[in-house]
Amino acid sequence: MSTKDYDPKQVAVLSEEKLAEFVAQALAAFAAAGDLDELKQARLGHAGDRSPLALANREIGALPPAAKADAGKRVGKARGQVNKALATRQAELEAERDERVLIEESVDVTLPVDRRPAGARHPISTISERIADVFVAMGWEVAEGPEVEADWYNFDALNFGPDHPARQMQDTFFANPADSNLVLRTHTSPVQARTLLDREPPIYIVCPGKVFRTDELDATHTPVFHQIEGLAVDKGLTMANLRGTLDHFVSEMFGQGTVTRLRPNFFPFTEPSAELDLRCFVCEGKDANCRACKGTGWIEWGGCGMVNPNVLRNCGLDPEVYSGFAFGVGVERALMFRNGVEDMRDMVEGDVRFSLHYGMEA
Amino acid sequence: MRAPLSWLAEYVELPKGATALEVAADLVKVGLEEEAVHGGGVTGPLVVARVLEFTPEKQKNGKTIRWCQVDVGEAEPRGIVCGAGNFFEGDLVVAVLPGAELPGGFKIAARKTYGHKSDGMICSALELGLGEDHDGIIRLTEWGFDEVKPGDDAIALLGLAEETVEVNVTPDRGYCFSLRGIAREYSHATGAAFTDPALIEVPAPAADGFEVELDDQAPINGVLGGDRFVARVVRGVDATASSPRWMQRRLEQAGMRPISLAVDVTNYVMLAVGHPLHAFDLDKLVAPIVVRRAVPGEQLTTLDDVKRKLDAEDLLVTDSPEGRGSRVLSLAGVMGGASSEVSAETTNLLVEAAHWDPITVARTMRRHKLSTEAGKRYERGVDTQLADVAAELTVRLLVEYGGPAVEVGPVTDVGVAAEGAVIEMAADFPARVVGLDYTREEVVSSLEQIGCEVSGSDVLTVKAPSWRPDLGVGVDLAEEVARLRGYDQIPSVLPVAPPGGGLTHGQRLRRSVARSLAEHGIVEVLTYPFMSGSVHDAFGLPKDDERRQALRLANPLSDEQPYMRTSLLATLVDAVKRNVSRGNTDLAVYEIGSVTRPNGTEAKAGHPQAGSRPSDAELEQLDQAIPHQPLRAAVVMTGQRELQGWNSAGRAADWSDALEAALLVARAAKIEPTVVKDPDHAPWHPGRCARLEIDGKLFGHAGELHPKVVAALGLPPRTVAAEVDLDVLIQASGGIVPAQPISTFPLAKEDVALVVKDEVQAQDVHAALVAGAGQLLESARLFDVYVQAPIEEGHKSLAFALRFRAPDRTLTAEETAAARDAAVAVAAERTGAVQRG
Repeated sequence: MSTKDYDPKQVAVLSEEKLAEFVAQALAAFAAAGDLDELKQARLGHAGDRSPLALANREIGALPPAAKADAGKRVGKARGQVNKALATRQAELEAERDERVLIEESVDVTLPVDRRPAGARHPISTISERIADVFVAMGWEVAEGPEVEADWYNFDALNFGPDHPARQMQDTFFANPADSNLVLRTHTSPVQARTLLDREPPIYIVCPGKVFRTDELDATHTPVFHQIEGLAVDKGLTMANLRGTLDHFVSEMFGQGTVTRLRPNFFPFTEPSAELDLRCFVCEGKDANCRACKGTGWIEWGGCGMVNPNVLRNCGLDPEVYSGFAFGVGVERALMFRNGVEDMRDMVEGDVRFSLHYGMEA
Repeated sequence: MRAPLSWLAEYVELPKGATALEVAADLVKVGLEEEAVHGGGVTGPLVVARVLEFTPEKQKNGKTIRWCQVDVGEAEPRGIVCGAGNFFEGDLVVAVLPGAELPGGFKIAARKTYGHKSDGMICSALELGLGEDHDGIIRLTEWGFDEVKPGDDAIALLGLAEETVEVNVTPDRGYCFSLRGIAREYSHATGAAFTDPALIEVPAPAADGFEVELDDQAPINGVLGGDRFVARVVRGVDATASSPRWMQRRLEQAGMRPISLAVDVTNYVMLAVGHPLHAFDLDKLVAPIVVRRAVPGEQLTTLDDVKRKLDAEDLLVTDSPEGRGSRVLSLAGVMGGASSEVSAETTNLLVEAAHWDPITVARTMRRHKLSTEAGKRYERGVDTQLADVAAELTVRLLVEYGGPAVEVGPVTDVGVAAEGAVIEMAADFPARVVGLDYTREEVVSSLEQIGCEVSGSDVLTVKAPSWRPDLGVGVDLAEEVARLRGYDQIPSVLPVAPPGGGLTHGQRLRRSVARSLAEHGIVEVLTYPFMSGSVHDAFGLPKDDERRQALRLANPLSDEQPYMRTSLLATLVDAVKRNVSRGNTDLAVYEIGSVTRPNGTEAKAGHPQAGSRPSDAELEQLDQAIPHQPLRAAVVMTGQRELQGWNSAGRAADWSDALEAALLVARAAKIEPTVVKDPDHAPWHPGRCARLEIDGKLFGHAGELHPKVVAALGLPPRTVAAEVDLDVLIQASGGIVPAQPISTFPLAKEDVALVVKDEVQAQDVHAALVAGAGQLLESARLFDVYVQAPIEEGHKSLAFALRFRAPDRTLTAEETAAARDAAVAVAAERTGAVQRG
């Protein structure tokens, strides 16, 4: 006897119709599920261990072998339909949820993000650095020296003899006791003397730094201010080279086309000497009543000239072999007419609002 | 130096109608910078008027005014109220009428005053900017104007439209302290014809002139204090004669006050040709006049009524009442004495025109803190060949204005002053200095134009003019050529520097530190390095603290702040206070700058002789004289470090923020300083101060300021601060950073909680863990400190996250555990740490 044909009873739940009904119920339940929680309930009811299809599946074991394959195929197909529908719905609902979460998580991006207060550099520092960079880019180097300086470096080495009227002109701070012969440097030029004593030409340096004069603080004067000086000593340097250097420097700082003028002046450490004037930024020389340039059309920025042979001699160099030029400009003044700062007091009082205005670059 | 244009025009041709601004614009080309423009400023109608009649009217305020009827050249007289009482009916006066403007922007309008409608104003000299006189109105006859009639323009009459240009004279151009010098420069600038007012006939010296002896026994640097002395005797000057109005006007325009005929004339000549003069009362003198250095103990009461103790270096003009040179008359070239002063009774004069040594005069002025018009000219160098001319010009004016009885005595002229330097210079030297190919002819003509005598062809022999003591070497002449040919002719040629090394390590690091602090939300400020002595008391520094050893300034701007700061904090705290008082209360500031730290062993700076390189020993001594000036960075914070807001509860700045800032500075150089507690370092809180060291050297301190310091300085409570030494950091860094391979094997994490006694420092526990964990440890980071129960009183629990990784393999759980246990074991051994279960 073959069991193959044996079919003691028909199992109703395995019938084509019944299975189709279960599938239809499951699909309807999944479709009706409005969110992932409801879908989970529907899954338990229609695709879980105790779902009608799962229960129907268990009946297969009791079938005669001949029937098992058929029934298995039918149930498998039904469960496949259900699982597919479940997965589809799951994906749909997850997508819906993900979208909703993103919406729910949206924020007001215009809220202030100022937990940490801002920092800033002081514009005097950043402008000094910018000036130095212009020269470093040409192969020059940056030299530095002390602010409390021997008067020999500040004056004598630079051809200000002990009785030179210009020595009085400088409004110098002197150190106590008088015989210490120390001063607060009145210019960064002592660094030039130090460099000349220290190195062999060719020398191309800039010296930025603090300098001191006994001026009371007001809108246009401060007893402590910043200079940057340049010094070039080489064979065959001329005043034309000085002018070329200044023209390049000025156009880098204030823009191409800034008009400059050299005007005869006197400094003990240079001969010939000149004052460097810039065409007035406010009126460009067109307003006789201009406050910025007092109607002259020019703004004075600094002094310059050919290094006096006496300075070279004092530093042990032969003026028959070497010549050089030097210049010095005020950083505060640059900030005044480059950025339009009107009152020098703002630069020196340490009010953070002044630095903050400029941030990391002036 | 002020140059009235009308005066200038006497010596150099000015274009018709030239304004002071135009003249200034020309002068600036040759190096005379404009200081100011004076005068002008009066616009009409300003007219000659005749007072027809007036009625005095007493006012309630006690004043008597005059209600005047004044003929101003119109059909009808005008009614004008006048407060002055120095005039009579029929007087010619100056009336300013409605619509006019007086100096200072004072606009004239008809106005009701003292019960009348005053239709203008009768003017005083002061009101017209013609001097100080405000005692009464101008009476034109007193001013020498007789041939005028009502209605005449008084602006032209009084020269009120005349302008004065004031230029800044540089120390090398003493001769420009004169109209003669400025006129010459104007001629150089424009080519206008120059007429030298000094080209006059001078009478020859006579043997019977007033006796003068030059007897300088102690010349400075071998230069005689006085090398020429011209004396002129003028007798019979009318003691009541005053200088003419035109001269007074010029003196006023030049900024000097008219005083008396004798004084005015000497001042006038000085302004005209730049040679100072002095007038003595001849009757008070006893011959001979002796020029000599002072003897210690001598005194002189100068014209300014100051009794001065004389120095052996002071050069004196003396006379001989009780023996030769027994009485001091004046400080030569600087100021006269009261005893021989010209007075209101003086009729007989001795005029001195001498040439004095610039250095002698400069030192005397400096020594006696006495700056005079004469002195500042001598100090810069006066024309060496002009004494006789200046004296003659003076005598001529005295003769002209001194009355009918004036007699001129014989001329004294002793001594010889050096002429201008003779300089040899290659003809192409100016071209080589300036970089512009001046021809030989251009060079010669420029030098001749300024008054040099030039000879030679390839090498020129140039004799400088006697008024140019500043011309001594070739470059001086090169400047003159460049200046006269025009600086605007100089081409622009950028020189090529040899390749450089860029910024040094220290310079780059300084920038990194500055940027890093700013990016960390700290604001850079700059403060003056001037410090009071009391700040260190407020800081609570011990008496012997090194920071009290400060460099003191001899001439501080403020006696309150005579010292150079020895720490940045000493001055940064003031900026903090200023900010807080201005409402910047959540504050984080930093400063980078140097401080001055004398240690008392500095040498005295010497003055090596100019002219050659100082010896190594001299340079060494200079070096040792300069006090140590380390570069520092300091940070101060107060208020909220994290602002309270929608995303933050806010957080006040505390000691750890200050420490973090200090560490940030070091980390800019990739250096991790050693941090230890410093219980005794003012001005910090003894329990909240960290001492930072790099390679065993002190780097700085950070933490909360001592509550007493905060109170004493008036800072907000709990202000925190750090100060570190950047030089130490720079020296400790800058090498090449060797590479470290990155392991891609998995990370193994182990957290441990270690209980230690309160006084144990976290860094010691950390260091022990690192030491014990061995090579496999990648990092150890403290992530929690717990002090509540069940932790025993007096103890704390420190939780560390240990991270292990091997370069070549995945670590096993056993390896990791073994490394952790080893770490804990060393921590236990060194710090008594017990691992929590």
